[in-house]
Amino acid sequence: MIEELMPNVYWPEIWEASLDTLLMLGGSMLFTVILGLPLGVLLFLSGQSDRPAQRTLYNAISLLVNIVRSLPFIILLILMMPLTGLLMGTKVGLAGTIPPLVAGATPFFARLVETALREVDRGIIEATQAMGATTSQIIFRALLPEARPGLWAAATVTAITLVSYTAMAGLVGGGGLGDLAVRYGYHRYQPDVMWLTVILLLVLVQLLQMSGDRLVARFSHK
Amino acid sequence: MIEFEDVYKTYRAAGREIAALQPTDLNIRAGEVFGLIGHSGAGKSTLLRLINRLEEPSGGRIRVDGEDVTALDDAGLRRFRRQVGMIFQHFNLLSSRTVAENVAMPLQLAGESSRAQIDARVAELLARVGLEAHAKSYPAQLSGGQKQRVGIARALATQPKILLCDEATSALDPQTTAQVLDLLARINRELNLTIVLITHEMDVIRRVCDRVAVLDGGSVVEQGPVSDVFLHPQHPTTRRFVREAEHVDEGEQNDDFQHVEGRIVRLTFKGEATYAPLLGRIARESGIDYSILAGRIDRIREMPYGQLTLALQGGDQTLALQRLEEAEVTLEVLR
Ligand SMILES: Nc1ncnc2c1ncn2[C@@H]1O[C@H](COP(=O)(O)OP(=O)(O)OP(=O)(O)O)[C@@H](O)[C@H]1O
Ligand SMILES: [Mg+2]
Repeated sequence: MIEELMPNVYWPEIWEASLDTLLMLGGSMLFTVILGLPLGVLLFLSGQSDRPAQRTLYNAISLLVNIVRSLPFIILLILMMPLTGLLMGTKVGLAGTIPPLVAGATPFFARLVETALREVDRGIIEATQAMGATTSQIIFRALLPEARPGLWAAATVTAITLVSYTAMAGLVGGGGLGDLAVRYGYHRYQPDVMWLTVILLLVLVQLLQMSGDRLVARFSHK
Repeated sequence: MIEFEDVYKTYRAAGREIAALQPTDLNIRAGEVFGLIGHSGAGKSTLLRLINRLEEPSGGRIRVDGEDVTALDDAGLRRFRRQVGMIFQHFNLLSSRTVAENVAMPLQLAGESSRAQIDARVAELLARVGLEAHAKSYPAQLSGGQKQRVGIARALATQPKILLCDEATSALDPQTTAQVLDLLARINRELNLTIVLITHEMDVIRRVCDRVAVLDGGSVVEQGPVSDVFLHPQHPTTRRFVREAEHVDEGEQNDDFQHVEGRIVRLTFKGEATYAPLLGRIARESGIDYSILAGRIDRIREMPYGQLTLALQGGDQTLALQRLEEAEVTLEVLR
């Protein structure tokens, strides 16, 4: 029956495209967190301080983050090409999509991290300070653990944003479900392939959201 | 033990300077419960937070056990802060940690790595505040009074010699307030801990404090032993706090005085004198009559006291006043 509904679907290709999407998502998410979490902490800390040097730092990072975030992702993809070539030795393929994905998602995630950290009660930070904590103890023992539900929520939103970015990145030669949808659905007019990829992407987004919500609930003791 | 020398604090906010604390001298003795009372914005929190330098003083010197804590570097300050516990109005417990983990936190921060030692100390602290059964609960599952007791256990973890309390009972109902105050008084006695506590209720001062300073507009306007300040308030702000605690309205009281004749006196008894059958004896001897206009018998910490406002009529009033002067009573002639 499935054959009749979707005569053009070639399953090995769907499988391969799905795997590509997951790889792009996993790889870019990993680096986004590795870079975005410290950046978000830096934004939060420098934003809290009233020392002039820190204010300047905050303004500089903030401006950079806003510049990247204001660029449409497709433009970022094209602008990043030379740098991608330098970094990965290739501008195309899966490896070629990771740097622009990370560049697009990191400022977004960093801002969400900053917001999650601001949600932490100032009194808790003060109590930790009063215990004689060092700055790094305050960050790792109080700030990050207290913000954990918010951080999981931030990661969920970022991952879902990355899913749609991977679809676009695929167009520039990366592969994945988005690329498949455009090649078959649009160029060859095979709507069944397009609909199937859309359904698969929807399932992926749903799964991400559900596991994200679970993690938020798991770590929330309010 | 805690000495303020000319300490002041000005905040700079939106280009304006706010003098939160005027140059202040203050002496808090080892082992006492010292109260700070004042209206909102009087500078109580500022003064308290200067002690562990959550606020940096704008000038002056603060010594603790002779050590100038205003001169400490970062590492020195962290070491010093471990000797100073602090509890807060809104408890400030970590919601991501269980009760036991919250209490363990200061020990972990101080570098204690032996799991067994931490567990033993936490169990001991939770027993002290009566929360053994809640070790594995999260703060969100506790009542306000229980949360504050966790706060107290946490503050005591590193065996501090000073405990700072910023409105520790302001978020609690009267009964829970009484329990928390009793716990603080017990800790003060048993651990010989110096406690500095902020409140805006004279009743809290009366129940647990040895000495008190009254803050108004960033200055200490009155200070001394609680029995003096409470029973004989001098400054208008102090008087207002005392009257609030006694539920006395000054206007009404003056009206009442209009209706009686004779001399109006206020007698203050302290300690054993509170229970002595003094009035009847003097009345018989001098032949005066008296009526009681207002009165209160209560305790300041453990010390019983009585304060009576009387109208005296007829008889030999000079003799009566003389006898009262001789007795262990503080006599104030109001009219
Ligand atoms: N961080 C700050 N920046 C600017 N002004 C401040 C700051 N903290 C306190 N102030 C000001 O200093 C004054 C004293 O504040 P403080 O918090 O010490 O009062 P308080 O007696 O503790 O009052 P409350 O009973 O409301 O807690 C107030 O006028 C307040 O507005
Ligand atoms: Mg205050």
